Formats: sequence, structure tokens, C-alpha cells
Amino acid sequence: MTSAYTADEMMTVAAARQLHDRAVCFVGIGLPSTAANLARATVAPDVVLIYESGTLGAKPDRLPLSIGDGILADTADTVVSVPEVFNYWLQPGRIDVGFLSAAQIDRFANINTTMIGADYRHPVVRLPGAGGAPEIAASCREVVVVLRQTPRTFVDRVDFVTSVGFGHGPGDRQRLGLHGSGPRVVITDLGILTPDPRTLELTLVSVHPGATAEQARAATGWPLAVSPSLTTTDPPSETELSVLRRLEATMGRT
Amino acid sequence: MAEIVSLADGVAAVVHDGDTLVMEGFTHLIPFAAAHEVIRQGRRDLTLVRMTPDLIYDQMIGMGCASRLVFSWGGNPGVGSLHRFRDAVENAWPLPLALEEHSHAGMANRYLAGASGMPFAVLRGYVGTDLMAQTENIKPITCPFTGEVLTAVPALTPDATIIHAQRADVRGNVQMWGIIGVQKEAVLAAKRSLITVEEIVDRLQPQPQEVILPSFATDYIAVAPGGSHPSYAQGYSLRDNAFYTEWDAISRERDTFLRWMEENVLRGGPAA
Repeated sequence: MTSAYTADEMMTVAAARQLHDRAVCFVGIGLPSTAANLARATVAPDVVLIYESGTLGAKPDRLPLSIGDGILADTADTVVSVPEVFNYWLQPGRIDVGFLSAAQIDRFANINTTMIGADYRHPVVRLPGAGGAPEIAASCREVVVVLRQTPRTFVDRVDFVTSVGFGHGPGDRQRLGLHGSGPRVVITDLGILTPDPRTLELTLVSVHPGATAEQARAATGWPLAVSPSLTTTDPPSETELSVLRRLEATMGRT
Repeated sequence: MAEIVSLADGVAAVVHDGDTLVMEGFTHLIPFAAAHEVIRQGRRDLTLVRMTPDLIYDQMIGMGCASRLVFSWGGNPGVGSLHRFRDAVENAWPLPLALEEHSHAGMANRYLAGASGMPFAVLRGYVGTDLMAQTENIKPITCPFTGEVLTAVPALTPDATIIHAQRADVRGNVQMWGIIGVQKEAVLAAKRSLITVEEIVDRLQPQPQEVILPSFATDYIAVAPGGSHPSYAQGYSLRDNAFYTEWDAISRERDTFLRWMEENVLRGGPAA
């Protein structure tokens, strides 16, 4: 018996389950950080969390508001400079999983965090920008993306390619010389999508309890492929929910 | 040898209208007190360079100090938008703001090249993104040994770099620790530098994973206790996450922003 939970909680729990124990994980702030810390408190106690502020092996007992909160430095195995974190640790492929969010994602899991609109010089909405994401998406062995699924976020073509997923399809990552294998899974508040092995197009493989494939289709700006063996995600366990709620209550405490 | 000066004198010595100015500090040790002094001194037409513009450049952009921004991530971490940055880009208020946009890896390597006295840096980055088409400052380069196509970005060599550190000794050696970001590279890349510190001590006590900037490598040092607030100085203060959250409401509208700047910065208080 599982108590009531929100779609966001289901999303975060499903994202946390994607992290293998002892994986080395490059963590973005926001949803990825919450999910990665939930994983460390549940399914992956020995996951190694790396934040772009240079904190390697951070073990925060509360959720940081920023990627540079003091709790990350205080609990890290080591703190390195920003050039070092990108050049020595990310670039050569030492990181297993890049954990990212996005403002827009397209059918080939390309990510936009730069701007909404048709003209870069005159954006309708100016977003924060790239941060570490382009090289995280390029160089981590694999990428996990977590974001809410709506017609505004799941678009046929992103307005701006900030970080490359599979480009225009099969062969593009190799052509571009990207060393990592790209997005392995996309977790949303409605379900779980993975790239089709042949076409690399994001395909719905699981819906969260209470959500439907129709809902996911309606929230997607391209004709969404649905796996013939569509499953239903296990609901959050009591432990996952209680740990997540305890963590979220600590957000940004110093 | 670094000269120990007042904050106002230090800022006046290193920052002039039209300069390319770097104020670094990756979430930690952001030099807010110095930025407020730049605002009070009325500097204009600056090219502001910073990986994460953060509240510090949101304030400077909103007060009309900048005509150009070179950056890699312009948000309020964990909170949302930088509203003054967005207003400048989307509505040219108070002035149009030209952008040059990079990734963190690209910016870090640009500082590294500047500190190393090299004209450019090479990295595996940007490939396949739309960032490459938006600036002349990201170009492909072929490795002369393997033939692999990589990416080159030019060195950053700012007119001035300002950072905040925990402390300096009386001879002008600077010590910092915790999240050290890209500050060492940013200082060594600059033509002129100012370091604000929490305190000046007779002798520096060693700290785990410290970074030392020797006195001969910097120009000016000024004491500014609490000078990184609402960011923080490990060992001295905690990040004021509540203020970062409050900034969202303060900065959302032009009039509340201007009123806050008038009360907390222009009238000279160190409260910000």
C-alpha cells in the first residue's frame, strides 16, 4: 500500500532508480540534484556525486540550493578547480552518468537551455544558457535527462541546440566525434522514454501509475512512438517517498 | 608586490569605463562588495565577463554598467531567472546588452589560456551545438599530430579581474580555500587585479586544499569583511540562500529593483 504522491515525486523517484550503485555521476542543479541525492539515500548508497563547482564525491545530508553550496565542499572527497573538473574529470570520459534537465527536448533528445524563439538575437524567452551541459552531454558515458513533459517542453525541433543528444538521428554522434553514448533514458512526470535502438527516436516505454500513453502523446510535439511492450512504472515505495520528502524539506539549508 | 588599499581606491585603480572586467567566484567567494563599489563609482560601457553572471552581474546590468556580457550560465541557481539580465536581453532595458555565450568548459579553458600566456585553448567541446554559429570565438582546429578535429577558444585577457578571498597577510599574499572555481586563472590572466579579503593577518595559517596567490602576482588588496554576501566565504560565512530566493521578487520589476539598489548600494550600506 503506497500513500498518495504527486507526479513530480513519481518523476524524481523514477529518475533516482536510474542511478546504479557506485556509478560516478555528474549532477546538474534542480531536479537532477534532488534525484541523485535520493538515489544516494536509497538505491545507490555508494554513487559518486560530482558537481561542476569542483566538488568530487560530495555527500550532502541536505539538498543544496546551488551547485556550490558549502555543504558540497564540506562533504566532498576533494575539491578541485573548475578548469580541472572539466579538463581532467569530464573531458577524458571518467564520468559514467551525466544527469541533466532541460527547458526543451526533441525527438532525438537534443536539449535546449538557451532561449525560446526563432531568433537568437531577439529571444521570446531568454533562458540561463549552457553551463556545463554541452560537454556533459558529449563526454559522459551516458546521459539521463529528467524534465516535465508538456507540449512546450517536448517539441519536434528544439529552438536552439545547447547540448547534443542524437543530433538528426543514427550516426550523428559518431560523425561529430562525441565520445559518450548519449541519452540512455528520459524521465518525465508522465513516464519513461528511451531511444529506439534502431531509429534513436525517443519512445515511451513506461507510464507512471495513473498516466496513459494518450496523455503522453498529447504532451508531445511530435507523433510519439509507444513501445509495444509498454509497462507501468512501480509506484514510489514508502521508503522512497519518506526519504524524498525528508530531503526536500532540507533544500538550501545552511 | 600587492598594495593594500581601501576598497574605493582599489576599484578606482583597476576599473575604468569601457574596460573588460572579470569578477569571478563560482557560487562561493563572489566579490559583491567590489561590484557595489563599481556601481557607486558609476562605471559605464563595461564588457562583463563571468562564467555565471549570478546576482552580482544582474545588479550591474540593471544599473547600466555593462554594454556586453561574456558568460556561460545566466540564472539564479536553484531559484530561476536573472530578471535584470533577461530584461536587458529581451527588452534592452536599461541598455542593449550584447552577448557572447560559451559553455563552462569553454570559459574555464579561456581563462586557463589567459593565465598561461597562450593565445587560445583547445578542448573537446561545443561540437554539434548551435553555440558555435553565434560567435567568432569558437572555431574548429585540427590536431597536428592525430588529425582529430577539436575546438579552439581564444584566451581571456581582461583589463581587470576582481575576486574575493578569505584572507591576505601583511605582505600581500592571498589565501583562499573551499570551492576555488576559476579565480586563480582569472587573476593571472588579467592586466590589473584587485582582491578583496575578509581580513588581513600577520601570518597565513595553512588550510586544507588552499590556493595561494603570491604578493608579486597581484596588484591591489582591500579589506571587505562580508564582501561576498549573499554568496559566502567558507570559514567566515554561510551562503545566504534566503536572500538568493528573495532576489527573485526584488529584481522582477524595475522599480523594486531600483529602490533596493538605491537603499542598499547607492547609499553606501554594506548590507547587500
